Amino acid sequence: MTSPRMETALPHASEIAALKARYPQIYAAEQRRKLKQFAVAAAIAAFVGYCFWWIGMGWDRFFAGLGKLGWLFQFLFPPSSGGWFTYFLTGMGETLAMAFLGTMLAALAAIPLGFLAARNIVSNRVFHFGIRRSLDGFRGVDALIWALVFVSAVGLGPFAGVMALALSDVGTLSKLFSEAIENVEREQGEGVRAAGASSLLETRFSVVPQVLPVFVSNVLYYFESNTRSATVLGVVGAGGIGLALADRIRINDWDQVCFIVIMILITVSIIDVLSRSLREKLVGKQPLPV
Amino acid sequence: MSVAATAIDAVERFETAWQSQRREKRRQLWLGGLVLLVCTALASYMAEINPRNLFEGLPGAWNYIWRTVPVLRIETFRADMAEWYWGFWHWLKLLFETILIAGLATLLAFGAAYVGCFYASANLNGSRKGIWVVRRVFEIFRAVPELVYALIFVFAFGLGAFPGMLAIAIHSAGALGKLFAEVNENVDTRSVEGVQSAGASWWQTMVFAVSPQVMPNYVSYALLRFEINVRSAAVLGFVGAGGIGEELLLAVRQFIYPEISAILLMIIATVALIDMVCERLRTNLMGEGRQ
Repeated sequence: MTSPRMETALPHASEIAALKARYPQIYAAEQRRKLKQFAVAAAIAAFVGYCFWWIGMGWDRFFAGLGKLGWLFQFLFPPSSGGWFTYFLTGMGETLAMAFLGTMLAALAAIPLGFLAARNIVSNRVFHFGIRRSLDGFRGVDALIWALVFVSAVGLGPFAGVMALALSDVGTLSKLFSEAIENVEREQGEGVRAAGASSLLETRFSVVPQVLPVFVSNVLYYFESNTRSATVLGVVGAGGIGLALADRIRINDWDQVCFIVIMILITVSIIDVLSRSLREKLVGKQPLPV
Repeated sequence: MSVAATAIDAVERFETAWQSQRREKRRQLWLGGLVLLVCTALASYMAEINPRNLFEGLPGAWNYIWRTVPVLRIETFRADMAEWYWGFWHWLKLLFETILIAGLATLLAFGAAYVGCFYASANLNGSRKGIWVVRRVFEIFRAVPELVYALIFVFAFGLGAFPGMLAIAIHSAGALGKLFAEVNENVDTRSVEGVQSAGASWWQTMVFAVSPQVMPNYVSYALLRFEINVRSAAVLGFVGAGGIGEELLLAVRQFIYPEISAILLMIIATVALIDMVCERLRTNLMGEGRQ
C-alpha cells in the first residue's frame, strides 16, 4: 500500500504526478485537510483584522505609543521608594489584611451556603437550581466591580475592599464547598453509626473529616488569589497598595511605580510559598479542583 | 505472665498512646485557632475594621443595593423596562467590544505562548539557559496584574480599547505559556523521534510531532483563559482602557442607581453565556481528544 508518507523517499516530480493519478482519493483527502486549515487561518485573520478595525488603532498611534513606552521604560530604573517606604509597607499590610479578612468572611458565609446548595442536603430541585445560578452570578463579577460599588456605598478605604473580595469569592467557595459535601462517601458514616454514634456524632466523625481538607485547601488557595486581586483594588479607592500605585502612575513617578510593582511581586510570591507549605502540611499534596 | 495480663497491658499501652496523640492534636488545634485569632485581630486593625463601622457600613451597603432596584409596575411594565434599560443598545455595543478585547487578547496570547512554550519545556529544549530565560519571561508577564499593565499602556497609547487589549494579552501570554510548557512535558516521544528521523528541523518537529498531540489541551486552556479575560475586560474601562467598564464607572460615580443594576445584570448575563458556550466547547474538545 502506497501512502502519502512515501513522499519523503526523494520522489521525482513525475513520480508524484503518477501517484496522484493512481490514488486520487488519498490526495483529495490531503487537499480537503489543507483547505480546512486554510479556512481556519483565514477566519482567524479576518477576526483579528476586524478587531483591529473596531478598536481603531492606526500604525502611527501604535508607533508613537511604543516610543513613549520606551521613553517611560528608562525612567523605571533604578527603582526607588522616594522616601515613601514606610507608607508603601503600610499599604502592603493593608492589602494583606484585606485579602485575609475578605477570604475569612467569604469562607464563613460559604459554609452555610455550601450546605444549602448541596443536592444531598436540600433536595428540592428548583431551590437547588436557583441557589446554584445565583452563586454563579456572584462568580461572574470581578472583585474590582464590587469594590467600585462598595466604595460608593460605604466610602473610601479598606472596608469596601474587604466586602468586595468577600462578595466576589462567596459564589465560587460556596459552589466548591457544596460539591465537596455532595461527594462525601456514605460508607464512612455507616461505619461510624455502626459503632453506636448519634447522627450529630456521625456528621462530626464522617462528614467533617471528609469535607474539611477541601474547605481548608480551597480557602488557602483563595487567600493567595485574593492577595493578587487586593493589590489593584486601590485603583478604585478601596484601600491597599493599589492606591499608591495608581497615584504614582498618574503623577509619572515611574521609579516608584517600579518599586511598588517589585514589592507586589515579592509579597505575592511569599504568600504563595507560605500558603502552599501550609496547605501541604494540613491536607497533604492534592490537586485543586479549579 | 498470663494471657489476660498481656491483654490488659496492651490495652493500657494503647490507651496512653491514644491519649497522648489526642492531647497533641488538641494542642495543635488550640494553637492554630490562636494564630488565626491573632491574624484576624491584626488584619482588622490594619484594615480599620471594627464592630462600629461594620454596623454602620452594612446598612449603608444594603440601602445602596436597595436603591439600585428599579421601579417596575405591572401596568406600565414596558415603559418601566425601557426606562431602566434606556441605554440597552449602547451597552450591548460596549459589551461586544469587551468580548472583542478578550477574544483578540486571548488569540494574541495564544500565538505568543505557542511560539514560546516549546523553548520552555525541558524535554524539547536542550539549552538550560534558554529554558530559564523563557520561563522567567512568562513569569514576569503573568506576575504583574493586568490592571497595572493597563494603567501603564493607557499612559503610553492613550485612552481606548487597544491598551486594555495589550494588557490582557501580555498577562495571558504569561499564564498560557506556563500551562502550554507543562503540557509539552508529557508529550509522547515516539512521534517526535519519527518526525526527526524523516529529517525535520527543530521547528518542523514542534509543528508536526508535538503540536498535533497537545493542540486539544492548548485550545481548552485558551478557552478557559478567554472566560477569565472577559471578566477582566469588563473592568478595564475603570482606567480608560475600553469596554463596558467606563459606563459602569460613570453610573456609579454619578449615583444613577438603576443604571448600575442594569449594567451589572448585563455583565453577569454575558459572562454566564460565555462560560456556558466555552464549557460546551471544552467538553466536546476533550471528548474528541480521548477517542
